Amino acid sequence: MNLVLVTFIILLAFTSYYFGRKKALVIQSSQRLTALPKFYGYYLAAWCAAPALIIFALWSVFEPSIVKTFILQDYTDQNLTKNELQLIYTKVKALAAGTYTGNITNFLDESANKYIQLKGIANSAKVAIILAILIFSLSFAYRSVQKNDRMREPVEIFLKWVLFVASLGAVLVTIGIVFSLLFEAIRFFQAVKIFDFIFGTHWYPAKTFVRDGQPDPELMKDAFGAVPLFAGTFFIAFIAMCVAIPIGLLSGIYLSEYAGRGIRKYAKPIIEILAGIPTVVYGFFAALTVGPFVKEIGNAMGLEVSAESALAAGAVMGVMIIPFISSLSDDVMTAVPQNLRDGSYAMGATKSETVKKVIFPAALPGIVGSILLAVSRAVGETMIVVMASGLAANLTMNPLESTSTITAQIVVILIGDQQFGDPKTQSAFALGISLFIVTLLLNVIALSVVKKYREKYE
Amino acid sequence: MSKIKAENVNVYYGSKQALFDVSIDIAEKEVTALIGPSGCGKSTFLRCLNRMNDVIEICRVEGSIKMDNLELNSRKLDVVRLRENVGMVFQKPNPFPKTIYENVAYGPTIHGIAQSKEEMDQIVETSLKKAALWNEVKDRLDEIGTGLSGGQQQRLCIARAISVSPEVILMDEPCSALDPIATAQIEELIDDLKKEVTIVIVTHSMSQAARVSQKTGFFHLGKLIEFGPTDKIFKNPDNQQTQDYITGRFG
Repeated sequence: MNLVLVTFIILLAFTSYYFGRKKALVIQSSQRLTALPKFYGYYLAAWCAAPALIIFALWSVFEPSIVKTFILQDYTDQNLTKNELQLIYTKVKALAAGTYTGNITNFLDESANKYIQLKGIANSAKVAIILAILIFSLSFAYRSVQKNDRMREPVEIFLKWVLFVASLGAVLVTIGIVFSLLFEAIRFFQAVKIFDFIFGTHWYPAKTFVRDGQPDPELMKDAFGAVPLFAGTFFIAFIAMCVAIPIGLLSGIYLSEYAGRGIRKYAKPIIEILAGIPTVVYGFFAALTVGPFVKEIGNAMGLEVSAESALAAGAVMGVMIIPFISSLSDDVMTAVPQNLRDGSYAMGATKSETVKKVIFPAALPGIVGSILLAVSRAVGETMIVVMASGLAANLTMNPLESTSTITAQIVVILIGDQQFGDPKTQSAFALGISLFIVTLLLNVIALSVVKKYREKYE
Repeated sequence: MSKIKAENVNVYYGSKQALFDVSIDIAEKEVTALIGPSGCGKSTFLRCLNRMNDVIEICRVEGSIKMDNLELNSRKLDVVRLRENVGMVFQKPNPFPKTIYENVAYGPTIHGIAQSKEEMDQIVETSLKKAALWNEVKDRLDEIGTGLSGGQQQRLCIARAISVSPEVILMDEPCSALDPIATAQIEELIDDLKKEVTIVIVTHSMSQAARVSQKTGFFHLGKLIEFGPTDKIFKNPDNQQTQDYITGRFG
């Protein structure tokens, strides 16, 4: 029913577009148009679709709750709790749809009939109202087309609002996600002290699992210390950057300053392909190839190496990040004006002197920005860590041992069954918001550094 | 006294020929102006004199260019040494995004000219004085060079070029981005510099060529049409094309 209605509105809008354009051509024969003929079409189409669709959307949002209120009115005298009322309403709906299999009481049956009846009324009312609105707004719009009113401005204003609503939607969704993270995290911090979370050195949420009732507060105190996770996250990111910064930067310098056009044409896309490999592929590469390899080498040297070592995960993550750094630093160095290079060469500087003394310093802010963006990627990376670096949250600075990160722990917490009110589940939100804050800070710093650089040259 | 002697220089950009059999004698401690319409090859020729065309991948230079009997267009030439001897000032002022001091000290540093901090200070001061910039910047040598005005930036570039005491300075339309007052300052500077250095200047402004140069060469479509004393070129040229260009009939 809804689908038919929406399709009808859209088809009508298309029709009115063509109708409006045709009408404009008719007007053109007797008087000067206020805009191109297509604007007449847009004007009619917008007036046709927009009001009807808005009312339709509002109706669809509010109808269920209104119907629900009507149905549950009959039950107000029974002193039921909110949950029980919800259960009854679900039963009524199921009965109306014919999918209810429990005991059918008279009362329930009556409600179900009432529900069907209400739904019917609502549907017909909806169709009637939408049709009325269509007729009203179309006739209004048609009158101003006939009067040859100004057409361009209303269409432009309409488009502005469409774009505004789209961006508003994007922003609201983001805000919504942040707030849901925040509220769940706050509930977590009601059960676990924020101090214990930030400064605790033991992460072992499974310990708090009890079959019934509340877990022991003493246990809670020692189970949610996030220090090992932060340490692990930054440790692995550090290893990754140790791999990615030198290789990425040097290859960026090669590409922008040394490589001939022929090499650059092929080398740059090839490096960028590295960025297109899904992280899960890097993950099993790390877990199945690099991890055992590191272990073997270590064992041959008489070192004790875990099969899931921070080193393997970090090194593979570093390889994943190379293209970011190399491509971005290549871009910022290429953007350094040619006349600076000429100035340096004309002084008798060699290529390496020019790179070291002129190009690199001039591009430094952009390079720092690209490195910070890469760090925030490394901190937020999940798949490689889950697969290659183990899930036990050891507090260690030994790259040969296994360690865990914030992202990996969120995965561990949320796969499988979980209870929503449980502090263990809620701890994922606390971890999520801390991760969000860290990467947000890194991105803000990176973007402001890059922006400063842009101002200098443009 | 001839400083640079070019014979039958041909330059190609890929398959396109930009210079045709240019032969020219550039005299020592004089100002030689190269004039001609846009795209006539005068800048290309200038860039042959310090091998700046090496930077352009597709560019190929043929012929002989000798400076004091040293063949410049040779694979064996030490380009770093050459560019120490032949400085260049560009069309658009291009100071490095470093301090004024570092800009001038750049050349002496990479060529290892100064032995001590005092010596470097001395070089920076003399270069800036010769470039007639010292009085304006002596109290702010540690400010960024790109923060100066256009004319000051160009004089800073000249100071940078003369900091390594070159024998020749090439100037590629050094005043085209400057206002008349800054232009007058630069022209005065060129006049002073020619006591010590040989200057080759490419310019679009014929009045500038007439004011600053002793010899003038007129380029057209990649060929050197006429070369001679500036007075003669401007008052009594041999060639009809030169006459037409000078009097503004084309170009």
